[in-house]
Amino acid sequence: MTDSVLPAKAPAAVRGDDSEGMSYLESLPRRVVTLYIPLGLILIILLFPFYWMVLTSIKPDEQLIDMNTYNPFWVVHPTFKHIEKLLFETQYPHWLWNTMYVAVGATVLSIIASVLAAYAIVRLRFKGADTVGVLIFFAYLVPPSILFIPLASVIQAYGLFDSPLSLILVYPTILIPFSTWLLMGYFKTIPFELEECALIDGASRWQILTRIVVPLAVPGLISAFIFSFTLCWNEFIYALTFLQSTANKTVPVAIVNEFVDGDIYKWGSLMAGALVGSLPLVILYAFFVEHYVSAMTGAVKE
Amino acid sequence: MTTLQTSVPVRQASVDTPSLWSRLKVNRNFVALWFMLPAGAFLILFLAYPLGLGIWMSFTDERIGRAGIFVGLENYEWLWDDSIFWLSVFNTILYTVVASTIKFAIGLYLALLLNRNLPFKALIRSIVLIPFIVPTVLSAIAFWWIYDAQFSIISWSLMKLGLIEHNIDFLGETNMARGSVIFANIWRGVPFVAITLLAGLQTVSPSLYEAATLDGASNWQRFRYITYPLLTPIIAVVMTFSVLFTFTDFQLIWALTRGGPVNATHLMATLSYQRGIISGRLGEGAAIATAMIPFLLAAIGISWFGMQRRKWQQGSSND
Repeated sequence: MTDSVLPAKAPAAVRGDDSEGMSYLESLPRRVVTLYIPLGLILIILLFPFYWMVLTSIKPDEQLIDMNTYNPFWVVHPTFKHIEKLLFETQYPHWLWNTMYVAVGATVLSIIASVLAAYAIVRLRFKGADTVGVLIFFAYLVPPSILFIPLASVIQAYGLFDSPLSLILVYPTILIPFSTWLLMGYFKTIPFELEECALIDGASRWQILTRIVVPLAVPGLISAFIFSFTLCWNEFIYALTFLQSTANKTVPVAIVNEFVDGDIYKWGSLMAGALVGSLPLVILYAFFVEHYVSAMTGAVKE
Repeated sequence: MTTLQTSVPVRQASVDTPSLWSRLKVNRNFVALWFMLPAGAFLILFLAYPLGLGIWMSFTDERIGRAGIFVGLENYEWLWDDSIFWLSVFNTILYTVVASTIKFAIGLYLALLLNRNLPFKALIRSIVLIPFIVPTVLSAIAFWWIYDAQFSIISWSLMKLGLIEHNIDFLGETNMARGSVIFANIWRGVPFVAITLLAGLQTVSPSLYEAATLDGASNWQRFRYITYPLLTPIIAVVMTFSVLFTFTDFQLIWALTRGGPVNATHLMATLSYQRGIISGRLGEGAAIATAMIPFLLAAIGISWFGMQRRKWQQGSSND
């Protein structure tokens, strides 16, 4: 399905972002009203919760609840007390480690399985390959919300309850359909002739995969990897259902369950927790923006 | 996935006749079986099997810690007379319809804005995606603080502007709470819709617009007769995803309201968690989850239709 889509992208890339197009027909005031003002408003709304998150996490407690003496939109005498408390007085580092461990484990497993599956579907063209491709697309559409109850009982039966391993085994069900679908698109763009040459030279399918296809599909692999990593970090309902003890929780679950006491001073550390929990993803995102975009649009467009 | 069975004859062959083994090594169906094995095993064990098990569980009275016995449609009959269940269905549909419509409208609008000639285009595009990158629960917590009954920044600002007299109780009143969670969902969902539609828009050739402009087409006509028809297939797919994930949303609600006040924001997914895991009535929870499946199938059907239409439009037979 990709063959017809991918070439269409090329003209857009050549055209580039700096082409003027027909925009010279517009006057500046008109552009301000129809473009800059709406865009600015949307950007402010999209970013405000993060600004608020950062601001709250460095605000001293008395400024948080006294909104009349201090302007709530700014902070005087910022403090790192909340972040310090979070890192040294709670199990937060441990939760971060859990999240990282689960996300990396599940992502690596899924990518390996997806590379193999995508290669088989696209290039081995085995009997029923198309059907399997469609089934995998449907698997992508099965949401965790309808699976968590039966999965809880499956996990219980395998004796994995309350273990991060359960998440490493379950997350691939979300990640494999997505990454397989994405990698299928990448593999289709690799010229078939390369493989034919290798076959004639006596390479096995395994050698073709590891020495030709995978090296050529590195951008796709990075996209699949970081997007899967993000999905794992973001996942909530399985982690909430399967993990019971405080020490084993992942960041999103721990924040919702462990920080919420009746204290009116909880907000500083709560926001610090949300901020620190988001940072790894935001940093990763900053380095791989293009890969994120192609992962997101790729999976939809195939 | 049915190819799993072939492994039995294969092993015999490899033991008895080595020449057959060397032929098998290059047999694409045989090789593909091994390539598909890891992905197939995960998806069968942790996706297909639980999906079936969930439907089966909805016909039993299973509870946490005790196996269930078959009770037929009892769970469903019970739910049929349960006003909270119907309230959750109503909430879910309201939440999905309102949030998806607005997400689509704002997302398309934002995509059209971003598709215009802009300074710092790449930077703006990456800023737009940030709400999508940050874990939903963590941004929901930020919204929880913004919606706080006492220290809400929105209430404070509106009071300073003299628009309201008292703090707004965002998550404490029925309709206010519904509006607040829908807003948070829209905030989180717009970047996805906008960026994917933008990718679609960038494939539309600018010469079409130039030609239409020469023929005297207005802005609206250019959108209606060029952009919209060329974008329809991708809109169908994006909106299917959007509707699907909004319909089965759990984490945003759970972090913000846990279904309250007075079940006003309970979605089917949160009710299913409440009944199935917290109250321990797995059978009933599974029945609520299974009740979502028909909606799911409808969404998948629409997506399928959208993809078929896309193929047909491009006139390609595909490989």
